[in-house]
Formats: sequence, C-alpha cells, structure tokens
Amino acid sequence: MARMKFLCDAERCIECNACVTACKNENEVPWGVNRRRVVTLNDGVPGEKSISVACMHCTDAPCAAVCPVDCFYTTDDGIVLHDKDLCIGCGYCFYACPFGAPQYPQQEAFGVRGKMDKCTFCAGGPTEDLADAEYAKYGANRVAEGKLPACAEMCSTKALLAGDGDMVADIYRERIMRRSGRPQTWGWDKAYGGGV
Amino acid sequence: MKLIKKNAGAEKGSGSVSSFPSVFYTEMDRRTFLRRTGLTAGAAVVGSAMAPGMMRRAHAVEGTHARKQGVPVEIRRSVCSHCSVGCGVVAEVQNGVWTGQEPDFDSPFNLGSHCAKGASLRDHGIGEKRVKYPMKLEGGRWRRISWDDAITEIGDKFLQIREESGPDSIWWCGSSKANNEGAYLQRKFVAFWGTNNIDHQARICHSTTVAGVANTWGYGAMTNSFNDIHNAKCMFFIGSNAAEAHPVSMQHILRAKENGAKMIVVDPRFTRTAAHADQHISIRSGTDVPFIWGMLWHIFENGWQDDEYIRQRVYGLNKVREEVARWTPDVVEDVTGVPEAQVRQAAQTMAENRPGTIVWCMGGTQHHIGNNNTRAYCILQLALGNIGVSGGGANIFRGHCNVQGATDVGPNCHTLPAYYGLSEGAWRHWSRVWDVDFDYIKSRFDDGQYDAGGGKMSHPMHIPGIPVSRWIDGVLEDPANQSQRDRTRAVFFQGHAVNSQSRGPDMKEAIEKLEMVVCSDPYPTHLAVMSERTDGVYLLPTCTQFEQRGSITASNRSIQWREKIVDPLFESKTDSQILYAFAQKFGFADEMFKNIAIEEDGLPSPEDTLREINRGTWTIGYTGQSPERLKLHLENKHTFDTTTLRAVGGPCDGDYYGLPWPCWGTPEMKHPGTHVLYDPSQPVKDGGLTFRARFGVEREGESLLADGSYSVDSELTDGYPEFTFGILRQLGWHTDLSREELEVIAGVAGINASELPSNIRTASSELLERMDGINWKTDLSGGIQRVAIDHGCAPFGNAKARCEVWQFPDPIPVHREPLYTPRYDLVAQYPTYDDVKASYRLPTRYGSVQAEDYSKDFPLVFTSGRLVEYEGGGEETRSNPWLAELQQEMFVEIHPADANDRGIQDGQTVWLDGPEGGSIKIQAMVTERVPRGTVWTPFHFGGHYQGEDLLDRYPEGTAPYVRGEACNTATTYGYDSVTQMQETKTTLCQIRAA
Repeated sequence: MARMKFLCDAERCIECNACVTACKNENEVPWGVNRRRVVTLNDGVPGEKSISVACMHCTDAPCAAVCPVDCFYTTDDGIVLHDKDLCIGCGYCFYACPFGAPQYPQQEAFGVRGKMDKCTFCAGGPTEDLADAEYAKYGANRVAEGKLPACAEMCSTKALLAGDGDMVADIYRERIMRRSGRPQTWGWDKAYGGGV
Repeated sequence: MKLIKKNAGAEKGSGSVSSFPSVFYTEMDRRTFLRRTGLTAGAAVVGSAMAPGMMRRAHAVEGTHARKQGVPVEIRRSVCSHCSVGCGVVAEVQNGVWTGQEPDFDSPFNLGSHCAKGASLRDHGIGEKRVKYPMKLEGGRWRRISWDDAITEIGDKFLQIREESGPDSIWWCGSSKANNEGAYLQRKFVAFWGTNNIDHQARICHSTTVAGVANTWGYGAMTNSFNDIHNAKCMFFIGSNAAEAHPVSMQHILRAKENGAKMIVVDPRFTRTAAHADQHISIRSGTDVPFIWGMLWHIFENGWQDDEYIRQRVYGLNKVREEVARWTPDVVEDVTGVPEAQVRQAAQTMAENRPGTIVWCMGGTQHHIGNNNTRAYCILQLALGNIGVSGGGANIFRGHCNVQGATDVGPNCHTLPAYYGLSEGAWRHWSRVWDVDFDYIKSRFDDGQYDAGGGKMSHPMHIPGIPVSRWIDGVLEDPANQSQRDRTRAVFFQGHAVNSQSRGPDMKEAIEKLEMVVCSDPYPTHLAVMSERTDGVYLLPTCTQFEQRGSITASNRSIQWREKIVDPLFESKTDSQILYAFAQKFGFADEMFKNIAIEEDGLPSPEDTLREINRGTWTIGYTGQSPERLKLHLENKHTFDTTTLRAVGGPCDGDYYGLPWPCWGTPEMKHPGTHVLYDPSQPVKDGGLTFRARFGVEREGESLLADGSYSVDSELTDGYPEFTFGILRQLGWHTDLSREELEVIAGVAGINASELPSNIRTASSELLERMDGINWKTDLSGGIQRVAIDHGCAPFGNAKARCEVWQFPDPIPVHREPLYTPRYDLVAQYPTYDDVKASYRLPTRYGSVQAEDYSKDFPLVFTSGRLVEYEGGGEETRSNPWLAELQQEMFVEIHPADANDRGIQDGQTVWLDGPEGGSIKIQAMVTERVPRGTVWTPFHFGGHYQGEDLLDRYPEGTAPYVRGEACNTATTYGYDSVTQMQETKTTLCQIRAA
C-alpha cells in the first residue's frame, strides 16, 4: 500500500505559484481560500528560499487529535481527509496544524468560520468517489482516477513532488547525489517523523 | 452565475478579499506585503456581503463549468498563450465546456509543468470578464452594436480618411499573441490596404536583439533551445529574470545546474533567478556594454579567448580589442559600479566552463543603445567560441507566446514576412507568392516621395512604417516633419496592450486627438479607458488562442500546432475572421484570399494560410513545416528526446521537435529542422549550419567568408557565398535541378517554361545568364536549397560572424549614457547621438533630451520588469481570478536607505514622479532586492491613471479584478538608434509620500 507524501525541494522552488493556481483550477477553490501557498524566506536577499506549503497529510495528524467532533480520517494511502458534514468550523485544527493548512470560507470578526477546507491531496472526501457532490464539497478526486495532485504534476521545476513516500524519496535522493549538497526536506521531520 | 458578487466587490474596492494572516509569515516578503496592503481596502468588501467563498461554492454545485460525472470527456491539445517557452496544454472538454486541465507530460518542452499562468489557463474558457459583443463609445456610454454595424461604421470612416489623407493615416497594430496565420494575415492585410504602418510587440521586446544578432551572424533568433541548456557548463544571464518571466525554462536551467553548470546572473536587482545563481552581479542599469567589455578585458588580458575559432569564424574582433582596451577595471567599476574582482570572477567562470550559454531579455534590449548591448553579448560569446555548439549559444528568451513567429512572418513595419525587407525585389517576391500583380499592390499605396532617412527620398512602399513604440508621435508630430502625407488619424489595435509603451501622458493626448480608436481584443485593455474620450472608440470581441486552431513558434524556433479547445465565446471572432470581414468591406478580399479557402463563419483556413507561408518564407526556412508535418509532431510528442529534441523512432524519426526553423526546402524534402544554429558538427541535411554569408564576401580587402571551417559532409571545404542559380552553374550543380524546379526558377526570372530546352545542358548561355540572379531566397521551387544541401552546403553560404556592423550608427558597440542618466558627469565622455530628422518616418531626439541634467530633481534610477503571475500589459491575467488573487496591488520596490531618506515606510502609498511629468500613485515596498539608488516596478498594471481608478470607464462586467497604475505613465522618451526600441529599462524618477 502506498503512503502518499508531499516533498518540496527548496533548491528548485522558484515561487512561480503554479501549484497555487493549479489547485485553484483543479478544485475550483474560491477567492480567499488557499489550500496551498508558497512561502518565501529571506525575500530579496542572498539565501532567499521558497517552499510550497499545504496540508502535509501527517502520519500522526495533530488536527485529528484536537478535533472535537472527530471529523478527520486517514485513508489507506495515508491521506488525511475530513468530513464537512461533521465539521463545526471551530478552528481548533488551525491552531494545531504545524503548517497552517486549514482554511475557512468566512472571515467576519465575530461570525462563524464556516466548514473547514484544506488540501485533500486531490483525493476528494468521504462522499462517493467522483460524484458531482464530492466535487462540489471537496474538489477533485484525482487519486481515484489514478492521478496525483495537480499542484505537483504541474510544478514548473518539479520542485514539488507528490506520491508514494518511497518513490518521492528516491527521486529526491538522486537529486541530492547529483548536487552533492545538504538535503532540504522542509517539513518532513515534523510531518512524517523523519527525513529522507 | 459565476463570481458575480465577488466581481462587484472586487470592482468597488482595490480588488482584495484576502484571507487571514498566515502563521508562516515571520518575515516580510512580497506576498505578505501584498496581502497586508490589500486588507484594509478589502475589508469593506468582505463585510458587505456573503463571503466570496460561498458564492463560488454555490456556483460549483449549480454552475456549468464544473466537471460532471458521466459526461464524455474530449481531449484537446494546445500551447500556452503566455510566454514563449511553448508549454503544451491538455484540455478536457465536456459538452463544449472546458472543464478540466491536465499536465502535458508528453511535451518535450514542459514535461507536464506550468507556471502560475499556464496552470490557470482554463479560465480563458470560462472567465466572463471579456468584451462579449461589439461595442462603441457614444456620449460617454458604451453601447452594444452588431458586427455588421461595427464593420460598416469603422470601414466607412477608414475609407473616408484614406480618401482625404491617404492609406498611411491609419495606424494598425498587430500582435505577438496572434498565431502565425493571424500574424501573417495582419501583415498581408496592410499590404493590400497600402501601408507599412503596422507593428507589434516585438518592437518593444526584442527588436534590438533581432537587429543586433541578425547583423552579427545571420538570423535574429535564439540559437539553441531551452532543452539544449542541459548541455551547458556555464549559464550567464544578463537582463533576464527567467524565474518570473520564463518559469518553466528554469526546469531545464536547474537541471543543468544540478549537472554541475555554473550560473551567473547580472541584473541591478537581486531577482528570483539570482537567488538560484552561483554569482549575482548588480550593475547600474544601462551599463551593459561597459560591463561586457570589462569581462572581455580580462579575457583578452589572460588569453582566454578561443583563437582558432576566431581565426576561422569571426571577423573584426581586432577593432573590438581596441575599444575593450579602454575599459580597464577601474573605468568599468566607475561606470557600472561593479568591482574588478566580481568582473574577473565572471569572466574566469565563463572561460573555464565551456561551452557556456548567454541568456538575455528586456533588461538588455530596452535601451536607446539596445542594439549595442545585444551585439556586445554576441561578441563575448564569439570570443569564447561559444556559438554554434551544443550547450553554448545565445539563448535569447523571447516574450509573448508567438512573438518569435510574429517577428518571423507577421506584422512588422520594417519588413515583409520572413525578413525580406521592403525593397522592390521583396515586394515582387511576395506579389508572386500571393499570386497578385506587383503593380496592383503598388497602386494601393500613396504615390508620394518622402524622406526615408538621411534625406534619401523614396516611395512609401519602401519606407519603414511608424513603429509601435512611436505610434503616438504619428498622431502628435506635425505632419510636415513626418515622412508620409498626413498624420495618423485613426488606429486599429488587434491584440496589443498600450500600457506597455512609454510616455503615458503623451499617449493619453494622442488617443484624445484621434478621430477613431478601434480595439480588437478579448479584453477592453487600457486603451479603452485611459483617455477622456466620450465618442469614437470601438471594441471588437476577439477570440483567445484557445478558440481557434493554428501554428505558433516558440522561442527556440520550434513550431507547434494548436487544436481549438472551445468554440468562440460570446460573439467573439478570430483575428483572421475580423481581417477577412474588413478585407471584404475594403474590396480586396478576393485578391487577398485568392489561395486561402474561407470556411464557415468567414474563417480563413489556417492550414491554407500556413501553406502560403510555406511557399514564401525561403529566407528563414519556414517552408518545410507543413500543417501535416506539424500535426504529426503533435500526435507524437512523446517520441522526442527531452535534451536533443530529436525523435527517436516512430513516424517523426530523425526530426527535431517542431521542426525548428530553418527547416529547409519543401515539406517533401523532409528536412528535420535546425535545433542548434550555426553548428558545423552536423551535416546541413541533419540540422547543421555555418554562419550566414549575409554581408558580402569581402570588406576592405579582407574576406568575410569562413576560413577553413565548414559543416560536416560539405563538398566545399572552405567559406562560400550564398547560393544562386549562377553559383550552382559555376559548380556544375545546376544540372541536379529537376525539370519542375527549373521551370519555376525560369518563371521567377520572367522566362516562359517553353523557352527552356528539355535538357538544361543545351540551354543558351544568354538564357542561363538571365536565370543566374535567382537565389535560394527567391526560388519558389526550393530547388536551389535542395541541391546545395544535397552537396552538404548551407543555402545561405558559409561566412564569418562579424563584430563590426558598418551600417549601424555604432559599428563597434560603444557605451552611451542613457538619455536620463543618474551619472550626468559621464555624459561628456559617453554622450548619446545627435537628433535624427527622419527615422521610421519620424524625427527622433537624442542629444536635445540629454542636454538637460535631471539627476538632481530625479535622483533615482527607475526600471521595470515582470511578475510571474501576469503577462504583458496584464489585462488578460488580471482578469483571471486565480492569478489576480496573488497580486493585488501595483507597487514599487525601493531600498531601505532611499525609503528612510524620504520618510517612507513599507506599505505606504507614494507618488513616483517621472521627469517628463507623469506621476503614478502606488504602494512602496521597502526591500534590499533593489540596490540603493534604483527603484523597480512591475509593468503589468493598468486601469488607473495618475492616482485615479478608471473603473467607471470600463464597459459593464469587463473591468479586470485587479487594476493599478501603468508604470509607463511615468516613463520617458528614448529610442534605439536602429530599431526604435523604447528605453524603458533606464530612466529617472523621484519618490515622495502620497
């Protein structure tokens, strides 16, 4: 059984935002909700590095640990999904998440947040696979079609890798060998409890 | 309906309905900055209605654009319409609606990848911020009209102006966004209208490259390819920010880097590309020549040049050495600001890591000495022996998706398609291709005689038209000073953003002075709103490239075929449909479309149009790429190697992907295309080449032909001139020509086929001499090319590249200070040119502008560039919500020291004042990305003018989500001495708090 993971190669990321718009396009994510975004450190000075970040689909997901209604579940592929019918929009998962992944569609100062929305690894949700209802609520289910997330498939420099963790690690290791540099597996320790 | 609430909101506020502050942003970066600046303005919008997310979600349930289960999916393949990398696009279409976009893993160019723009292309099929039907501005209000009325009203007015002032009083603008067929028809159309007053984006993008490079070694195009960069050992970027302008090229660049290639970036800014480089060098904007000469100083000093290569293949380097000798390290440091150690390190890295490639873009080209810059880059590469080798080359990244193709075969004011120029011979060649009488074409032109430059009088047919950089002067300049009968009285823009041209306030005045403004575009563009006109503006809804089929040329000269993804949206028509409608109105449709079938809805057949292009473009080898061959490549993309671009087996076996030009001879000849230009290590029949013999055979007693260098399998083992029938005859090769070829050659020479004897050997010498002048460029049979290549020779000859371009104002590139320079003390030593009375029909000022010192009142260097999310003038991309959300404010990057000196804080609103009176009100972004003394803005914004949001002037529902000041409202005068490229990369400004 595959264990799906994301890896963003900070040596290759050029902050082009293809992953962001690919996600918007594929899942019709509304304005103001960002399932994925690109973060740049040391912007404009030597040492500038960019990393594309979304839900990392953690092994022991902190969001699931804090959710009061237990709406999260992990698929056989290791993808962390949630049930919007159960979600009460409390926002605990947002505080628990080390990657800032959970998003909420409403932003009034004192209002409710609405149902949480986040990256699904393009694997839809708990409704029937590929049904129109699934798309409306969770977006695309590429995994059910045998494809990988649109963000990684369209990454301009192949910085963002997605897929079975072992294969991702193999691809990345080969690059590191070639470059003979230090690995920059940003976020892997936190998400999966270990490096490449 | 989709996004309606959001649209309304976005149009009211600054466009921002931003999300929460993120936990990631521990430091200020560009996006945090933008998000914060957007927050206050956006808050009112967010609070005012349902959150936009809800609207979209509702739409996703009921809407017509979401993917539907159980509905059959058709796959259509196209090419991205943003930059020139040529990324393949795979569209999923259900019931005629573009419902999905998949990665094109088979494309050897992008291997499935996209940038932000490419990954959001589907919005072109579903977005609603389009001009939906023909409209005209009447009494300050936009009114819907029918296509018939639009064609009649515009046509009648144009005919009236033609009657009163001659055909030169309409100025036309074609497009680098059009496909090859549309661009070609734009050029052909104005020839039948009777003017050369047409131009397109290449003028303000790479015209100085095309002129400089073509005059150095033959063709003005990227010599290698993005993929070939895999073979480079060193990559030298100057004035190119590939990470934002050509993001997918970075995949190839970073692959090379991982293979050990060194990467040097020369740019005033620490760009996103520089962030990946081994060495970043910040030069003062506009000092490219001194910097390159500074590198060459070290190269010559240390003997790092490739002497044998220079001896065989380079002319005139000694004169360069004399100029370079003046640029000692201390002088270079004084002028460019770069210390000797950095210059030397760059030179040594290039010298020790060969082959190395040089990449440049608009940072190098957009200067009043742009042609000097581009030639200096070429000379650097020639000295190192880096041209004509895999992994080397001048990899000039072009801008728009088809700017290469539009330059090659499209709407240029200074040449007919395929760089034939405007001589009588050129017109006669194209008249033959078009199957019309030369005298008919001539009769369409104004019959006067005007100053073609330097006081030489000529017929308007032979005088380059007004370029896009100067169209405003065609309106504003006294007609007595123009080389044509009258001033420009009306303009017709098809696919061009006017906010990309300098001198905004002058442009506003020009637009207001015109009698009619026609804008044929998918979007209203800045042109429709920037003036205070209340009448006489027409908007014609025009298709994007995804609503039509046709061919397109990527930066590396590869031609790809686009399938139509969706039918034209709303009432849109394609470029060529619109041109056909006007040709009918003007009465030359039958002549113009004689050999081009007209399909349903008045669509000129793209296949027929391409075949006509094939029949005429012998100079650059656009002749072998028939629609059938291009479609075969489309079907078999996966069979091409991603480094060599060559098909390995399969139906395209041996071809290079997209048959990069020159693809010699007829399609039947099956030439594979030329991946790497001027590479003698391959036979010409397999894509090898020599340098072109374009500048004669000798100069001042010295041979210009190659010395001992020739391509593999060449039967001529030394330099040789370009091929003519006469040369073939001298070599005895003319007997290889087939009967059909001979008849065509005779026909071009005006000889009837019946006069030719059945055996050419028995022809009289008098007859043969009449055919001697027909050459590889004018032989419509392709026979001369075929025979030359059969003997292993390049049809265009085998010469040396030249470092001295004796026809140009500066034969050897020299430094001249920008017209608006921060170093006025250097003007005496490096002055600009004297004013010119007639260049491209207009007086052009140099010395009289530089005569005044502006550097005291405007001490900051002002330069501009790209953002990855937007393209060109930005109307299209700012109308795409997925992109617009990522960049919501026009801004200026300013160094902390300059900001503190002016009491400006990050995020504050400021005025940027230009020395010619234009001012723009924008946000300050304080960052060390720019050096002290230089400020930078993106150039994609429009829809604001000198502090005012022009939202009310857009037709309802067409305003882009994001609007902002056009940087060119504040840019200034300055044009290249050869091509009229605008000097937008170096001017001056002052910044003050708003």
